[in-house]
Amino acid sequence: MDFKIARDDTWPEISFEERIGTAEFRIHERAHIVVDGDTCRGCSTRECVVACPANLFVPTSDGGILFNYENCFECGTCYLVCNKEGAISWNYPEGGYGVVFHRT
Amino acid sequence: MSRFDADAIVVGAGPAGSCAALALARAGKNVILVERGPFAGSKNMYGGVVYPRILDELVPNWWETAPVQRWVVRRSTMILADDNAFTIDYRTPSWGRPPYNGATAYRPDFDHWLSRQAVAAGATLVTSTTVTGLLRDPAGRVNGVRTDRPDGDLSAPIVIACDGVNSFLAKEAGLYTATDAANFTVGVKETLALPRSVIEERFGVRDDHGVDIEILGGTSGVNGGGFIYTNLETVSLGVVLKLPKLTAQSKRPEEIIAGLKRHPAIAPLIEGATVQEYSAHVIPEAGLSMMPTMVTDGMLVAGDAAALCLAAGIWLEGVNFAMASGMYAGRAAAAAIDQGDVSAKGLAGYTKLLEESFVLADHRKLKDIPGLVLSDRVQQKYPGFVTSVIERVFRVDNPNPKPGLRRIVREERKRAGIKLGDLLRDGWKGMRGFG
Ligand SMILES: Cc1cc2nc3c(=O)[nH]c(=O)nc-3n(C[C@H](O)[C@H](O)[C@H](O)COP(=O)(O)OP(=O)(O)OC[C@H]3O[C@@H](n4cnc5c(N)ncnc54)[C@H](O)[C@@H]3O)c2cc1C
Ligand code: SF4
Ligand code: SF4
Repeated sequence: MDFKIARDDTWPEISFEERIGTAEFRIHERAHIVVDGDTCRGCSTRECVVACPANLFVPTSDGGILFNYENCFECGTCYLVCNKEGAISWNYPEGGYGVVFHRT
Repeated sequence: MSRFDADAIVVGAGPAGSCAALALARAGKNVILVERGPFAGSKNMYGGVVYPRILDELVPNWWETAPVQRWVVRRSTMILADDNAFTIDYRTPSWGRPPYNGATAYRPDFDHWLSRQAVAAGATLVTSTTVTGLLRDPAGRVNGVRTDRPDGDLSAPIVIACDGVNSFLAKEAGLYTATDAANFTVGVKETLALPRSVIEERFGVRDDHGVDIEILGGTSGVNGGGFIYTNLETVSLGVVLKLPKLTAQSKRPEEIIAGLKRHPAIAPLIEGATVQEYSAHVIPEAGLSMMPTMVTDGMLVAGDAAALCLAAGIWLEGVNFAMASGMYAGRAAAAAIDQGDVSAKGLAGYTKLLEESFVLADHRKLKDIPGLVLSDRVQQKYPGFVTSVIERVFRVDNPNPKPGLRRIVREERKRAGIKLGDLLRDGWKGMRGFG
């Protein structure tokens, strides 16, 4: 057995890009989730930024939220934790598109 | 019949949907099973263990063909505090023989296999198709679904919504109203690659035997729990986190996983493993208190779409509850078609089947457990209390004499800031809740 463990580097902490890169996403050109920037500007709690497992909600320097739908697990966490009416309009992607799990 | 595309349309080819379609097809009904993923199971993720005994009724000798990773012969519950752990560990080779108890499996494999059973029985599976809404007749009764395919309307006297935890169909029908974030947890996991022999050495199993570990504590102060399940050449490791607590604590899910992986009781098990796949999914946690109305005119709801996942805190059973409720929904739908009454009244047999089976019996029995296990005391105070009591019981502190259990419990309870009354109340609640 040639499985070796580097004791000083037990599991190199992987970057978020590498982490999300382990999942397959078949990206459709139409965004299935749309975030309303104006509503977010007035939000101080930012639940989505903490909770989205795919880390897709990024605060911008001007107090807004940058959202990209492409690497989304379609889990529903964001619309459940966001308590601002109308901030997130959430749908499933077109049939056949979006995340495709393999070893889950 | 001819004015409809089918006798029934089942939305979602997860365990609930495939069993609903299978039951309908076995009853000789013409059923269309619609799935939005490119194949059944492609959208589905869970911790990792299926308890498939309910399949005895639908797929005899299912264990001969089901895509199982390992048969669980060892089940543990771990309580983690800062740097120490207390584990209750049970093992028996008998769970490694037919008819088995639990099995680790990947959902994209398992759900795909189950959908093929429905197809083999005569169901029509349509993949890569998202259902976007319900169709209704002039009287408001559900009689089909709209899909995102061009000319994609599908009509049938009965629709069974098996579309999972976010069930937009049950919400559209006005059945599912408990959408408060407090009723949900999010599960995130890493599928960690390790050589087969390393897994077997570290977890003390051989051949196709495996281990199931549920974990209380170790979630960085966010109420929830952790899990580790062995597959053939990977280990599934993840956490389940209560949504309002997650946002209140401002800790990102992948950081909480990293914290769990660093715990001295966990680290040696997964040392050197690489992340093969990262995934996430939401769980309906609140059981009985969040369940929707199960039927309306022309429509039934099953599985997670009906919040039927049994989340007894950290011990999750959802796939078996989905398979059973799907099967009962399919049977009740077939009976309603035969009797020519697909109104809510004609479909009420479904609720009765759920009541008479383990599905609602178990939910009733364990109704107080999710709240108790995810409560602040059980989450924040008890793990440290339990491990420090155990530590002092096991420690040999010569030349000091042994302190005696009662004194240890009293001192550690005080140190943990737990009131005696609360401890007794929670203990009683737990005894009653599991009893
Ligand atoms: C982290 C985690 C750990 C878990 N651990 C376990 C465990 O170890 N053991 C266990 O038994 N249970 C576990 N569960 C629970 C279990 O996964 C669920 O209870 C179970 O998957 C429910 O099955 P279902 O068929 O109702 O829904 P799902 O499995 O969610 O299936 C729903 C299906 O419907 C499809 N769908 C949804 N909307 C549409 C639409 N509009 N159009 C077409 N198709 C649609 C989806 O693509 C999906 O295939 C866990 C869950 C999570 C999240
Ligand atoms: S999506 Fe919701 S939680 Fe997130 S910033 Fe916008 S309003 Fe706030
Ligand atoms: S559905 Fe889940 S993964 Fe997608 S944006 Fe919302 S929280 Fe993130």
